[in-house]
Amino acid sequence: MSWLQKLLPPKIKSRTTPNTSAVPEGLWSKCSACSAVLYRSDLENNLEVCPKCNFHNAVPARARLNQLLDVEGRYEIGSEVKPVDVLKFKANKRYSDQLTASAASTGEDDAMVVMQGSILSVPVVVAAFEYKFIGGSMGSVVGERFVRGVKVAIENDLPFICVSASGGARMMEGLNSLMQMAKTNAILTKLADKKLPFISLLTDPTMGGVSASFAFIGDVVMAEPGALIGFAGPRVIEQTVRETLPEGFQRSEFLLEKGAIDMIVDRRELRQRLADVLTLLNNQAAVN
Amino acid sequence: MKTTFLDFEQSVAELENKIEELRYVQDDSAVDISVEISHLEKKSLELTKNIYAKLTPWQISQVSRHPQRPYTYDYISGLFTDFQELHGDRAFADDLAIVGGLARFNGQSVMVIGHQKGRDTKEKIARNFGMPRPEGYRKALRLMKLAEKFNIPVITFVDTPGAYPGIGAEERGQSEAIGRNLFEMAQLKVPVICTIIGEGGSGGALAIAVGDVVQMLQYSTYSVISPEGCATILWKTAERASDAAEALGITATRLKTLGLIDKVVPEPIGGAHRDPQAMMATMKKSIADSLKVLKAKSVDELLESRFDRLMEHGKFKEEAAA
Repeated sequence: MSWLQKLLPPKIKSRTTPNTSAVPEGLWSKCSACSAVLYRSDLENNLEVCPKCNFHNAVPARARLNQLLDVEGRYEIGSEVKPVDVLKFKANKRYSDQLTASAASTGEDDAMVVMQGSILSVPVVVAAFEYKFIGGSMGSVVGERFVRGVKVAIENDLPFICVSASGGARMMEGLNSLMQMAKTNAILTKLADKKLPFISLLTDPTMGGVSASFAFIGDVVMAEPGALIGFAGPRVIEQTVRETLPEGFQRSEFLLEKGAIDMIVDRRELRQRLADVLTLLNNQAAVN
Repeated sequence: MKTTFLDFEQSVAELENKIEELRYVQDDSAVDISVEISHLEKKSLELTKNIYAKLTPWQISQVSRHPQRPYTYDYISGLFTDFQELHGDRAFADDLAIVGGLARFNGQSVMVIGHQKGRDTKEKIARNFGMPRPEGYRKALRLMKLAEKFNIPVITFVDTPGAYPGIGAEERGQSEAIGRNLFEMAQLKVPVICTIIGEGGSGGALAIAVGDVVQMLQYSTYSVISPEGCATILWKTAERASDAAEALGITATRLKTLGLIDKVVPEPIGGAHRDPQAMMATMKKSIADSLKVLKAKSVDELLESRFDRLMEHGKFKEEAAA
């Protein structure tokens, strides 16, 4: 990077997520898992992980990228791609209205944000899901942004990382959404052809069409602690098999035990672990 | 075998019953009523034609699940010769919800793979109502890789309500199995022709439906979620399934218009089950035509056009970044 680029402000300014909760943003925050009362700023400094019980709270897409990427040299990819309501889908709500409402509440225009940048100086492309945007569902925009992100990785010889948090395929775009499963996996074959790493990080929740497409195709598959990960939702399974589900079913720890994922990574170690795995795969010296 | 009629075909069912009765009477009657019978038969055909000319998406969904609809094994015996079924995923089990094996199509070797539902209660349970577990998808992938090794085209038949949502299926990696198939099928170095013959149920269908030609039977459906599932989420009741079917756009003609499938294969009047032989003839020609086109391509051309096709999926607009 030239001295001039270093002086310039980063292309992407971090947007603050509008506060959507009914309670005004206060000084205090109560942990939803252990009920500990915490300083809001402490929680934020701890990457939204409860310092008392280690519960990993959800992180919006842009905040996630902020946590992961080095401050300098970030460039957003695919933000020019915007959703359309191709089926004129309408149930009790219009899909077009839902898009508008989700945009207003999240500050994003669809459920994925992709950025090129670096982690501990290791250059990468990272895609992150915005779960609060219609359940992080994958429709045409998510698929296309994913593809554009992988293409940038291929053109620049970079590893690709995807942070999943999604309920699955987006119903309101019909079969177009299902086809995004095939589309995202097809572009990953090109990344694999160039022997560039794909790291898949599964966070709470990773279900349905996202789980059953690229989520487990990672060269290395990581998960955050306690994340719900699976193909079918627990309620659907319970109704189908009419049995009580085993303890911890479909949680990260369960998946690790069943051999479905490589490792569970605490969010506070994530940057280091990602950099370690990437430098090891690329036969480069360790960074920290 | 007596035809099973769906709710919206009851007027046809009544006519057919009448015809049946008359035939029975005619056997020991001195009066010739054959003219009357043929008149009624004509009327029944017209009525069926009229009903089928304006089926709603929900009605088509019911035809796609008709209990007498031809399944994969029916197409295997109707279209191919010398079928050698191959079993198992070599790791866990043989999933009977997906069947497959080597066969000859017009004398040429092919690999046939398809979902298989059961006909009677016992078989339905054995085949898990056509809902595969991970080992089914892994068997399918094993057969596809085998076909690739020996340069044999792959022909798949899709007919499933969806991948099985069970405890064991999750434990053994249902998601990984489906995802792996999508990844491998995108780059399989032989022609792949996929036909939706009944229900194209979401990821469970797509896992054997990534190919060079994706075609649908006229009265089959292909959807990201079942109409019932969609209705349960949106309206909190499965009874709104017909509204959901309408909204989701799950029929062959709609999906062809949306550019999501390549071809609609016409069915006999009243659906494939009313005249299986005619259905086989149409299907045979359709597959033969596609195969001829695909076999003329080099492997590179084949993979490139398959990839380009996959990249085209999805509708969005582009705006200059703010």
